[in-house]
Amino acid sequence: MAKAPDFVGPGALDVSFTVNGDGVRVHVPPHRTLLDTLRETLGLTGAKRVCDEGNCGACTVLVDGTPVYSCMTLAVACAGQVIETVEGLASNGELHPVQRAFIDHDAYQCGFCTPGQIMSCVALLRRDPSPSADDVMRAVSGNLCRCGAYPNIVNAALGAAKKRTKR
Amino acid sequence: MSIRVVKTQSEFEGEISEEIALVQGKDLKAWGAAADLSIVGKRHPRIDGIARVTGRAMYTQDLYLPGMLHVRLLRSPYPRAQVQRIDASRALALPGVRAVLHRFNAPKAPFRGEDTIFREEVRFVGDEVAAVAADREETAAEAVRLIDVDYEVLPFVVDLEEAMDEGAPRIEANGNVSESGKYERGDVTRAFASANTVVEQTYRTSTQLHNSLETHGAVATWDGDELVVHESTQHVFGVRAGLQNALKIPFSSIRVICDYMGGGFGSKGGAGKYTIIAALFARQLGAPVRCILTRDEENVAAGNRSATVQKIRIAAARKRIVAIEHLSWSNSGQGKWVANPPGPTNGLYDIPNVRTRSYRVVTNMGFLASFRAPGYVEGTFALDQSIDELALRIGLDPLELRRKHAGRMTDPQTGKRYSLKRLAQCYDIGATEIGWQHRRPEGLRGSAPHRRRGYGMASQLWGGSGLPPAYATVHLNPDGTVVVRSGTQDIGTGTRTVLAQVVAEELGVTLKDVRVEIGDTNDQYAPISAGSLTVASLTPAVRLAAADARSQLLDVAAGLLEVRASELRVQGGSVISHGRRTPLGEILKQVDNYTVVGKGSRFPNPEDVSLKTFGAHFVQLEVDVRTGEVFVEHVVAVHDIGRVVNPLLAASQVEGGVIQGLGFVLSEERVVDRPTGRVVNGNLEGYKVPTVRDVPKITVRFIDDPDTKANNVGAKGLGEPPIIPLPAAVANAVANAIGVRVRTAPITRARVLEALALRR
Repeated sequence: MAKAPDFVGPGALDVSFTVNGDGVRVHVPPHRTLLDTLRETLGLTGAKRVCDEGNCGACTVLVDGTPVYSCMTLAVACAGQVIETVEGLASNGELHPVQRAFIDHDAYQCGFCTPGQIMSCVALLRRDPSPSADDVMRAVSGNLCRCGAYPNIVNAALGAAKKRTKR
Repeated sequence: MSIRVVKTQSEFEGEISEEIALVQGKDLKAWGAAADLSIVGKRHPRIDGIARVTGRAMYTQDLYLPGMLHVRLLRSPYPRAQVQRIDASRALALPGVRAVLHRFNAPKAPFRGEDTIFREEVRFVGDEVAAVAADREETAAEAVRLIDVDYEVLPFVVDLEEAMDEGAPRIEANGNVSESGKYERGDVTRAFASANTVVEQTYRTSTQLHNSLETHGAVATWDGDELVVHESTQHVFGVRAGLQNALKIPFSSIRVICDYMGGGFGSKGGAGKYTIIAALFARQLGAPVRCILTRDEENVAAGNRSATVQKIRIAAARKRIVAIEHLSWSNSGQGKWVANPPGPTNGLYDIPNVRTRSYRVVTNMGFLASFRAPGYVEGTFALDQSIDELALRIGLDPLELRRKHAGRMTDPQTGKRYSLKRLAQCYDIGATEIGWQHRRPEGLRGSAPHRRRGYGMASQLWGGSGLPPAYATVHLNPDGTVVVRSGTQDIGTGTRTVLAQVVAEELGVTLKDVRVEIGDTNDQYAPISAGSLTVASLTPAVRLAAADARSQLLDVAAGLLEVRASELRVQGGSVISHGRRTPLGEILKQVDNYTVVGKGSRFPNPEDVSLKTFGAHFVQLEVDVRTGEVFVEHVVAVHDIGRVVNPLLAASQVEGGVIQGLGFVLSEERVVDRPTGRVVNGNLEGYKVPTVRDVPKITVRFIDDPDTKANNVGAKGLGEPPIIPLPAAVANAVANAIGVRVRTAPITRARVLEALALRR
């Protein structure tokens, strides 16, 4: 996979990466964030813009499997990388176990932080298929929820882990 | 059926208003405690869950329309100033900038009692000075920095208590302080004179910022002669009214849509300046226009919960409370009203002599907006602490003292009987669940030598009766599926799911066959989703609409099956005739494409009873006396809200209220730099909303006793109740733990340490 270049710009340039399994090429200026690129250029509006400065986690997506704040990540820095967003989790009409668990445990209210919470939990379960409540809290401690759905978010992640382990 | 006009009185957030409700036919008999319900009252996950977890739920922020322009606003850097000259030529010269609006060129657009969007005299840091529309948001942001403005800076005041001072700059002609609420019963003066014990204290609460994760914003399209506005709002019809008032265009030309919305907590009650600005640009430039606030803007110019200073005098004689006086001053900023913090003092406890006054104090800060139980959170923080202080002085357990004043079934304010009141039961459950018997008046040793443990509790009073008008339609499709339509909103509480449950129950169909379409002014009117009134206003209306649809369906089925309608019933999506089941779809397909449309409207509340919700929170916590940190270990929240339509969603609502209350009492505080009037923590880094790590064990209990006098579903509201008593319960537990009281919220480590130091 190609490494991101050390110096780019000042004008817009082509950047290629993978989003939810599809190779894409976007034409972006060097200062454009991954979040704005996903939302405005690629039409993937699941990741939300809430603080736009790395405080809240509503824009969380996975880059090469690691959860990142996409508002703090430049699109040009993602060249050659594999990006996953909430839109890519379900496959063949089947929800991801974490998505299913968020519904069953009512792990949301307004739903605005939900895509970010889900991505943080998905990354955790890939790393650690049977996390403790404390592990879940650490994983979503960078995802704010103003409605206060936290208890059910933790329950949902633990519930999803349990179901997966059983299989 | 002919329409009847009914005049009625309704309560919204403690205020009584006259409403006119249009009703048809007769209301349905309320579902009682013994009603055999299979869908209502059960734990059902949200019917819109898939949209929420897949990222497909469309929020206003997610709308990107072809050719859409982006707006950014220039806001006043001064708390008070005259805008003397604006030169936008450098901004307009920037490639991509399409137009700039400001007070010298904007069309007249009346807004909230003023005749313009852009004031000549800006009155807080963040007041709108100019707006830029550009091809890209970043271009608009850059252009804002290129607008040259001449200001004449004027004298200002930003702090509540400074503004109350005689020598403060007068920022309104009649002075900064005005009376906004007043209540009296009994003879307070005499009662205080003859009392054995009097406690007098001052309590303070800080400005709380809503910080809904989705900021305020609108996307406007002016297509031909129709203005379509997508807005993140709690009231699409309120936005429509604001647009009509500002733009003077007919309702037939305005459509407001709110599909999903990312939180409001009271702050999104109608059109904002951003709405009008988006509409003005859309008309002027002939393109869709998006105006979404940034996080910083959200925290200076989209509302807040007023800071308060409250003085309470409370008196006891013969181990009972005989009198209370509660005076309250609220920082309304540039808001035109204030909430009434003494509201709970007026009505919660049966105290014979009560005097309360509420004052609005204007300052050069952003305006207040309703914030989840406005006034009642602040007021209960003071009231329920004063009760504990009095109990300590007269040597009574604070719960015992409350019990003496919480049992009566008559509303002390109106003299009417409560339709239902289970406050004493809330106390019983809460005390058992928290282990109240472990509480000691002097507190307990904690889990380490430097930690002290304490218990505290507080009570909750709120309306939550719901109100008319509220209308809905139920559409039964030829294939047996159902669509419920009403111009209400789901602000995160689960409106769609709850309405679907009631319709499925009444109509006799399965939940999966019901879809709910809300948030569109092209549908029937529904009230603002605030004041805990959505469930209690809408569920009775949709139930009537479902009953109307069922009655029409049975007429159709009777004709087709050649039986009498009275011999038929609907169950599980089928018509049952003498033991034979025929699926609805099979019946209705015989009449081709006919859609049965049932109509329902909310009947007035009964006027001969008092409709209220009650509750109590109990808290167990520890305080680290070296660092001042408060560790909340367990919260028990018990609420008496009539029927619980969906226990799964209701529990979420309570947990959320408790967590927001924890933020209010432990960490949330807007900080303003007094010399400049700037909010220094208007972001999610410096302004501390609770994180997952701040959440204690929360036990949620409902009395779940249907209030059959309230409405045909027996349900009351739950949005506000779970935030109301929590801050006071925490404050009481802290005082119990460390033996000294912190009377200012939030109870930060600094304030705890200060209180401990002053005691020594």
